[in-house]
Amino acid sequence: MSDTAAAHALHEQHHELGFIRTYIFSTDHKMIGRQFLFMGLLMIIVGGLLAMLVRWQLAWPETPVPGMTFIPEPYMYEGIIPPQTYNAIFTMHATIMIFFVVMPIMVGTFGNFLIPLMIGTGDMAFPKLNMLSFWVGALATVVMLASFFVPGGPAAGGWTSYATLAAKAQYTGVEWGQHLWIISLLILGVSSLMGSINYITTIVNMRAPGMSYFRMPLTIWSLFITAILLLLALPVLTAALAMLLFDRVAGTSFFLPEGGGEPLLWQHMFWFFGHPEVYILVLPAMGVTSDVLSTFSRKPIFGYHAMAFSMIAIAFLSWIVWGHHMFVSGMNPLLGTAFMMTTMVIAVPSAIKVFNWLGTLWGGSIRLTSPMLFALGFVSNFLIGGLSGIFMASTPVDIFIHDTYYIVAHFHYVVAGIVFALFAAVYYWFPKMFGRKMNEPMAKIHFVLTYIFFNGAFFPMHFLGVGGHMRRIYNPMQYEFLMPMQHWNVFITVSALLLGASQIFFLVNFIWSLFAGKKAEKNPWQANTLEWSAPTPPPHGNFEVQPVVYRGPYEYSSPEVKEDWLPQDRDLGAGAAARAH
Amino acid sequence: MLSWLPEDVSTYGHEIDSLFYLIYYITGATFILVTVLMVVFLILYRERPGRRAVYSHGNTTLEIIWTIIPAVILVVLAFMSVSTWAKVKREVPDTDFELRVVAKQFNWEVSYPGPDGKLGTEDDIKFDNDMHVPVNKPIRLVLTATDVIHSFFIPNMRFKQDVVPGRDITAWFEGTKPGKYELPCAELCGFGHSGMKGWLFVYTPEDYKKWADEHLAVKTQ
Repeated sequence: MSDTAAAHALHEQHHELGFIRTYIFSTDHKMIGRQFLFMGLLMIIVGGLLAMLVRWQLAWPETPVPGMTFIPEPYMYEGIIPPQTYNAIFTMHATIMIFFVVMPIMVGTFGNFLIPLMIGTGDMAFPKLNMLSFWVGALATVVMLASFFVPGGPAAGGWTSYATLAAKAQYTGVEWGQHLWIISLLILGVSSLMGSINYITTIVNMRAPGMSYFRMPLTIWSLFITAILLLLALPVLTAALAMLLFDRVAGTSFFLPEGGGEPLLWQHMFWFFGHPEVYILVLPAMGVTSDVLSTFSRKPIFGYHAMAFSMIAIAFLSWIVWGHHMFVSGMNPLLGTAFMMTTMVIAVPSAIKVFNWLGTLWGGSIRLTSPMLFALGFVSNFLIGGLSGIFMASTPVDIFIHDTYYIVAHFHYVVAGIVFALFAAVYYWFPKMFGRKMNEPMAKIHFVLTYIFFNGAFFPMHFLGVGGHMRRIYNPMQYEFLMPMQHWNVFITVSALLLGASQIFFLVNFIWSLFAGKKAEKNPWQANTLEWSAPTPPPHGNFEVQPVVYRGPYEYSSPEVKEDWLPQDRDLGAGAAARAH
Repeated sequence: MLSWLPEDVSTYGHEIDSLFYLIYYITGATFILVTVLMVVFLILYRERPGRRAVYSHGNTTLEIIWTIIPAVILVVLAFMSVSTWAKVKREVPDTDFELRVVAKQFNWEVSYPGPDGKLGTEDDIKFDNDMHVPVNKPIRLVLTATDVIHSFFIPNMRFKQDVVPGRDITAWFEGTKPGKYELPCAELCGFGHSGMKGWLFVYTPEDYKKWADEHLAVKTQ
């Protein structure tokens, strides 16, 4: 076939799509990934600003928040946040950060963008279902945002929406806000289910020739396990949410004792979903971190199989630890003992991961690029969050620190720490996603400021928690025993405000690089995985020729080649391939 | 961080605190070890011209070691916690001092037995938000709520127990030092959650008798 005929045939296959099919109702996994990214980044601004309001109130209680005088009464009084609004603010901060930032970006964006590219296929197994998944997710986002504008304001029962507080409108004074909160998460559950079915099917069926399970990058392993957890955990949340909605609007009493219901049932169902959910959030971060650390240490990941199996172990164990959220809930204390055992055990695979990351650094040739710095930041935060978790795993210690700022410190080191992996992933894959490079010096400034102010904002929360400072209180100055610690609240708030301000370096860099960044080459990081063999940015259908995989994803500094990287799809010839086995 | 724990004035608090310290030392040492190694590796193995990274896929012996050591430490910690947990939450000691606490938005209602000497009857003597008890005597509490879940928290006693509507939950503490201790609610319970608090007064036996004569006996007559 002549060149023109080939080009013609190619043109036949990929006829030009209109604006709407390309950018809005796209079935291309890469565009859907970008859509999830933009949605998530938009929501992180909303969630972040809500956090600033929470912090303002805790440092300088009942003083006017600058610039907020436009909010009408009774939601704010000349910029002063009343208790009801405060409860709504932290409820929505957590809800947005978990369900509309970390999930859409870590799972939605990188799952969509990376799975077909990293396993060497043209698209997802079900491209239309994929598109539907994004748009259903967008609908859930709109419903959640709409709840800010209904009378009574948004949900104010905490992101955990414990019954009976959230099961009857009179207890929080919020009617439609809580309804919409439930409905939005029900819709989002549908979106996530569609996504997870797609991820699982794609990974099982569409791997390139030679891409065995144990040649998959750990990012793909993590997304695979995450998708399985999502598929199994979300129906439980959906069931619980439906029951809660019925209690609120249909007069049922699943969780209301006056009708024979049981408030603790909600907690069991919520955390049966909620604990796997934590791993749904953190596993992709671990996968990304493994890939980035290996690439920039120019060294194979330390203990690849242990890394994959520890994620599988975490996935199994995550189903039998939910009771550690309920040690002092009134659940039978004997159950507390059992859940303490399983909780201690689940710390082991997490420890293995941290040690193996260290092992990967050992003997490497480390390049401190911006994705590498953020990946190291994730390890550092995860280390602190993991270790602080051991305190509350011990049931007697948990009696004291439960529902204090110690818990807030712990889960921010884990969940807000994921944002470091999120930034690592954005800086690492930006060239492939958008065909341009981000500004590296600016990215490094962003890292340094984020790392310093992150720790400034979250580390002192441990001190407050050990001092007994309850979480979710509106005004710490109402308690005599908390007054001597108030300077820490001020310190945390100043750090948090600076942490928020530091993100301007990311925002400016991201938007500027989208339009004016330097054009990226095909494989700017000299990485091994298949996405770097595709053109930049990858066209519809991804690869020019079907890649064939000859080896694992982390063959850096292999003695077989002169360079210090060896892509998965490079054919070294029969002799070399035989030696490699 | 150690000095941040509020003063412990309970019989079982020191056991909780020593578990806390133990975990603090173990995790602190682990944190320092991992962080120092990480920084050393970042400096030692930074990219330099002419040096190539070690081509290694791992080391099974090392991995077995760093799986077993944390596993053993964690399981031992769990077993060390079992007895304290049982003491605080499962084995309520025999005592003739029982109080009933009913939590509601946004008050603790503390009931003492009335003239009939029984709790939960019409003549119970009720106090809003304040609890008065003698020192060195196990206090049994029966906790319940009328509306939403609250959490009865006495930081100085290392006491915390969620209070659940529809349930009577039994719990206990024993004070070792007379004084006045804050009694906040620790579970989000609505717009008035912050500021839902009371005071626990722990008296010497003489002072308690004086208080009881004044407040319980008068009403008894």
